[in-house]
Amino acid sequence: MKKLLALILALSLITVLAGCGTDTTTEADTTPDTAVETPEATEPVAEATATEIEGTVTISGSTSVEKVGLGLAEEFMALNPSVTVTYESIGSSGGVKNANEGVTMIGTASREIKDTEKEWGMTEAVIAFDGIAVAVNPANGVTEITKDQVAAIYKGEITNWSEVGGADEDIVVVSREDGSGTRGAFEEILDFEGALTVNALIAEGNGNVQTTVASNPQAIGYISFSTINNTIVALKVDGAEATMENVLNQTFPISRPFNIVYHDANLSDAAKAFVEFIFTAEGQAVVEEKGGIPVK
Amino acid sequence: MANNSTDMRANKKREFTELVAKYIFMFNATIAIISVVAIASFVFYKGLQPFFPGNAEGTYNFFDFITGLEWRPSDDPSQAKYGILFMIVGSIYATFGAILMGVPIGVLTAVFISEVAPKPVKMIVKPAVELLAGIPSVLYGVFGLGIIVPKIMTLSPQNQGQSLLAVMLVLTIMILPTVITISESAINAVPESYREGSLGLGASKIQTIFKVILPAAKSGILTGVVLGIGRAIGETMAVMLVAGNPIAGIPTEIWDKTRPLTTNIAMEMSYAFGLHQEMLFSTGVVLFTFIIIINLILNRLTHKVGEN
Repeated sequence: MKKLLALILALSLITVLAGCGTDTTTEADTTPDTAVETPEATEPVAEATATEIEGTVTISGSTSVEKVGLGLAEEFMALNPSVTVTYESIGSSGGVKNANEGVTMIGTASREIKDTEKEWGMTEAVIAFDGIAVAVNPANGVTEITKDQVAAIYKGEITNWSEVGGADEDIVVVSREDGSGTRGAFEEILDFEGALTVNALIAEGNGNVQTTVASNPQAIGYISFSTINNTIVALKVDGAEATMENVLNQTFPISRPFNIVYHDANLSDAAKAFVEFIFTAEGQAVVEEKGGIPVK
Repeated sequence: MANNSTDMRANKKREFTELVAKYIFMFNATIAIISVVAIASFVFYKGLQPFFPGNAEGTYNFFDFITGLEWRPSDDPSQAKYGILFMIVGSIYATFGAILMGVPIGVLTAVFISEVAPKPVKMIVKPAVELLAGIPSVLYGVFGLGIIVPKIMTLSPQNQGQSLLAVMLVLTIMILPTVITISESAINAVPESYREGSLGLGASKIQTIFKVILPAAKSGILTGVVLGIGRAIGETMAVMLVAGNPIAGIPTEIWDKTRPLTTNIAMEMSYAFGLHQEMLFSTGVVLFTFIIIINLILNRLTHKVGEN
């Protein structure tokens, strides 16, 4: 009986292994095709830059900058196939710290660089602007709010939706974890740093705020423009819709810069080229495509 | 003579293999010990620094830390508040609630598996419990956020579902496999003669279970409970998603939000630097102390089992 079982197991193992073998050959079949395609795609660029760029670019920082950062990284890698760009989402403070300590070449922050961080003497550059949307559940009914009301809600001075034109329900305030660039920027713009109501729910990351608001009709949260989708409603603030145009013409009051910081000495040649690429027309087009607001 | 020397060579070879094997074992054991010592000294070194004068990153009063009711890190040291009493209480409440619900369910399941269930049913329940133990903790959290939190929202007098109750429920499910598996082995270890004796004296099956088997398996079941406490107090990912994690406030009812010690560390560590980071290590020291206490209790209990 046991022998029979062993035999069956051995047979099935062989079949599985054989299956693996077939897989590998199919992969091998397809690989040359892509390899042929890539040089064609990059040919014009090779002409333009004349010299081939090689190496790695390491970036870490804000979760809000992730979409734009990854978009730029992908585009840059497509143009320069021998370059590897990595983006690690660890939050603005962590990114700036990493850039200073040389853990990664470039750090990103979705807020102004703080005075304590400026003392580290890094080069800073704004690569894009972003709006922070104030989001509620579609079932909530409130569509408009003022900047002062948002601040009052987050400070715990307004606690009921009826005070801002909604139903007679307690407001569930959703904020981000301490150190988040979105939270830092939001508190700074609305001028309530260190005064967040103790009743606030703390959700980790833009995605969690969105999920929390999307599943709770009484919740209010704030998220980066780039993560707005149809599960939530972005409120008009001071009469302005949460759109890129309104950030640029400065009618939408809650906006912030996306910064990159680096020590010049830490940049590899590839990283220098990457930084230049960000500010080209192509780079800024990627920024816009990924939901950021271009600076040029 | 020739024969003798071959013997000796064989002996030598054997001794050598034994010696090599011994060192391989020892080397492996050292890795565990080194890890535990390294982790403990690192956490304690980093976490105790803020309480001693002259710390480069700034200092914080230990008493304010352990009795403080508000966690508000700030770049300005005079504004920063690092109080964790509300988290300690939250962690203890959550663990206590999980034990209160999880232990009866777990022990009764163990009794069912080893004493009551017919074989085919046992064949379903047992693997199910084992599978429950293997589910990654973040999935418990996702389940909690998707199912438990919305359900609580509809029942709660408050407007959100993230609550102490949600944490308790998720932890209850998470400690079940630990409690069940260990209780079951304890029940199985009760000598057959106890059952036969009890039934022979005319006791019913239920009477036998509650009056004879469970008391006899008491130490083993308690071990399961203590391990369950350890699991519940140390759980992080699942809890973070359903706790609400407010920055202040001792929970006074099960509908209140809570911020366990573990999530405090996990949420902010990647962002923190300077004194803030060291205070997170201090939170770790408190957590570590809890775990050490639990392990000491566990040691006492297992010794008792050995004596029996």
